[in-house]
Amino acid sequence: MDQRYLLGNEAIALACLESPVGFVSGYPGTPSSEVIEIIVAHPDRSSYVEWSVNEKVAFENALAAAWCGVRSLVTMKHVGLNVAADPLMTSAYTGVTGGFVIMSADDPFAHSSQNEQDSRMYAKFAKIPCLDPSTLQEAHDMVRDAFALSEALGLPVLFRPTTRICHSKSNVTVGPVLPYSGKGEFHKDPRQYVVIPAHTRILHRKLNEKQPAVRKRISESGYNQYHFRGKRAIIASGIAAAYVQEIIPPDVSFMKIGAYPIDEEWLAGFVRKHQEVLVVEELFPVVEEVVREVAGTVTIFGKKSGHAPYEGELSPESVARIMESCGFSPAVHYSSVQPAPDLPPRPPILCAGCMHRPVFYAIKKVFRDGIYPSDIGCYTLGLQLGAVDTTICMGASITVGSGFSHAGEERDIVATIGDSTFLHTGIPGLLNAVYNGANMTLVILDNRTTAMTGHQPNPNTGCTACGGLSPQISLEALCRACGVAHVEVVDPYDLVMLTAALKTAKSFPGVTVVIAKQPCVITARRAGVRRGKYRVDPDTCTGCGTCIKFGCPAIEQRDEKAWINDLCSGCAVCAQLCPAAAIGREVSR
Amino acid sequence: MKGSYDIMIVGIGGQGTILASNIIGEACILEGRTVRGAETHGMAQRGGSVESHVRIDGKFGPLIAPGTADLLIGFDLLEGLRYSHFLRPDGKIVLSERLVIPTSVYVQHLAIPSSEELVKQLSRFNLTLIKAEEIAKEAGSVLSSNVVMLGAASHQIPLDESSLIQAVQRLVPKKTIEINTRAFTMGRKVGPGC
Repeated sequence: MDQRYLLGNEAIALACLESPVGFVSGYPGTPSSEVIEIIVAHPDRSSYVEWSVNEKVAFENALAAAWCGVRSLVTMKHVGLNVAADPLMTSAYTGVTGGFVIMSADDPFAHSSQNEQDSRMYAKFAKIPCLDPSTLQEAHDMVRDAFALSEALGLPVLFRPTTRICHSKSNVTVGPVLPYSGKGEFHKDPRQYVVIPAHTRILHRKLNEKQPAVRKRISESGYNQYHFRGKRAIIASGIAAAYVQEIIPPDVSFMKIGAYPIDEEWLAGFVRKHQEVLVVEELFPVVEEVVREVAGTVTIFGKKSGHAPYEGELSPESVARIMESCGFSPAVHYSSVQPAPDLPPRPPILCAGCMHRPVFYAIKKVFRDGIYPSDIGCYTLGLQLGAVDTTICMGASITVGSGFSHAGEERDIVATIGDSTFLHTGIPGLLNAVYNGANMTLVILDNRTTAMTGHQPNPNTGCTACGGLSPQISLEALCRACGVAHVEVVDPYDLVMLTAALKTAKSFPGVTVVIAKQPCVITARRAGVRRGKYRVDPDTCTGCGTCIKFGCPAIEQRDEKAWINDLCSGCAVCAQLCPAAAIGREVSR
Repeated sequence: MKGSYDIMIVGIGGQGTILASNIIGEACILEGRTVRGAETHGMAQRGGSVESHVRIDGKFGPLIAPGTADLLIGFDLLEGLRYSHFLRPDGKIVLSERLVIPTSVYVQHLAIPSSEELVKQLSRFNLTLIKAEEIAKEAGSVLSSNVVMLGAASHQIPLDESSLIQAVQRLVPKKTIEINTRAFTMGRKVGPGC
């Protein structure tokens, strides 16, 4: 046993290696991504690991391994579980023989997500157990135990940490990493694994019959606990339980829910010993609904009574306010303080030298009155440059574009998508757009990596999660195979060629594709690429502001003139933009 | 009375706030103490404003409530002011003199904040300014500015100097151990309370 200061995702990864896990797959998504990276990098890892093309693909691969008796983990962010929802729902019917843990990391407050959905609802929907940690130690212990729980019940187990677990840190006690030496073997059983109607009806009944055993096993797990202290009680789940524990008065009973489904009889026994019960949980009122079902005459406070919010994340001070609002005086009072007013914001921004910036610039020049559907990646930051009109989910730039086209919209439609997102769920949309005769241009922002989530490799990178070489796929050939007649590959740092390529694409009817290709500036720097820096000649600079408007963080304004700072990566795009030809490569003397 | 000593470390993505908070966490492990932390990951790191919460002897959640932090370590003047409401009224700020103007200021033609104005707005706090970059360069690399800042704040942090130095040496890249140890010591010499 070893005490270490760990990131939540590190604690989760180590727990998998302690179990030990034999098969790991996933698709990157904040806040889940580090789990696979840490497993891959561990010197004593013996499990198979892959970054899959998308979450459905990752899920099905891991499910197959679990069917072979191999302990399997699949990781994704909450919205990734939507992509994997199809196999999820039926995997509960088929069950598993090897322990199967589905990690779906939720993101209350949408720190880096398009919505705030609650994965606990998916577990309920699929009728599988769900584990929801309130501390990092608990996250570690739950994952370590989840494989055995899955095997005992023959069901997948959903593990649902939130951002404040995944990206928190704590001292955590970890155990030894064990070698995985098993070998998967699939035992044919069509009545279990071929879900034709005749089989699936029986499987569904069996799943329902399993539920009392699931409840019993969850009760025995010890993740749901209470302390009886008085006539009033607070029930909390997930990270909110940690906030409550810090400020709960000594005469208020406390129950922590960390595992689902909750045993209703056990819950009723606790609730009915009190006069008033407050339920504190993030997002959906999953616990509160069960509490209300068993409450009888006990007064229940929570979301449904208007005391707690349905959206956003909780915090120590918001939990204190909720307690105060229904008469539970917290042991700590937080004074209300205001941040300094009117400070200039510092939102995340595309890096200096990022290839996306000139692409957005050129799109706006060439398709002046166009509509710009975009997608999920660093390039969503193109919003700041006025070149992103829609973003809804992975792959939807192309499908929203073709939908606009068929809806009668007559303006030019230019969709932007990154290479990883294109491979994730973009290809069916492109195929569909060509097949159904949409009029649009697709620009693939090809930086050969999944940059936003931390540069995980994808099939376009040329290597796998474990660093092995993989065949280099051709995005150009893929697009042509989808039926796109006009595909052009261009260097986005070459503004003249980029602009010309976009104009040519604009001139053709149907679906046209421009692939803008440059490595991510961060990976290029790590690989040792050093281009010379650029500088502004203050005597030539007219202070017109053209380069400033370009929005590169390397370009500042000093004394009404442009000035290039140390962040310059030497892409030279600003030098091509400058109408006064005042920007040139720095010459060392 | 809270049972933890709460530190906010703030700056801009890429300045090394996470390493600085890891060093404090590692020092807690060395002293056998509990610790909780929370930090910014993901796309928000791309040149955006970032915050790390570290709670020495923390036993519950990782987040520090506004108005309750004991110490704020800032790697940028503007970010120091942005998070200053997290401090309790008698809390301390140890702040780098560095100021990076957000690109949004130029693009959106906002008023350019000056160092003097920012410092003036922080005058109600117990504030110490540190020439972190100059000291880091002297120590051997400007990249060690974050460790300089940690050294400068270290008199306020209820951890032994030796634990912090040992944590620095455990966590920085091998070939920079010497530079960072020097950076910590040089920072410590100019910090408040020495």
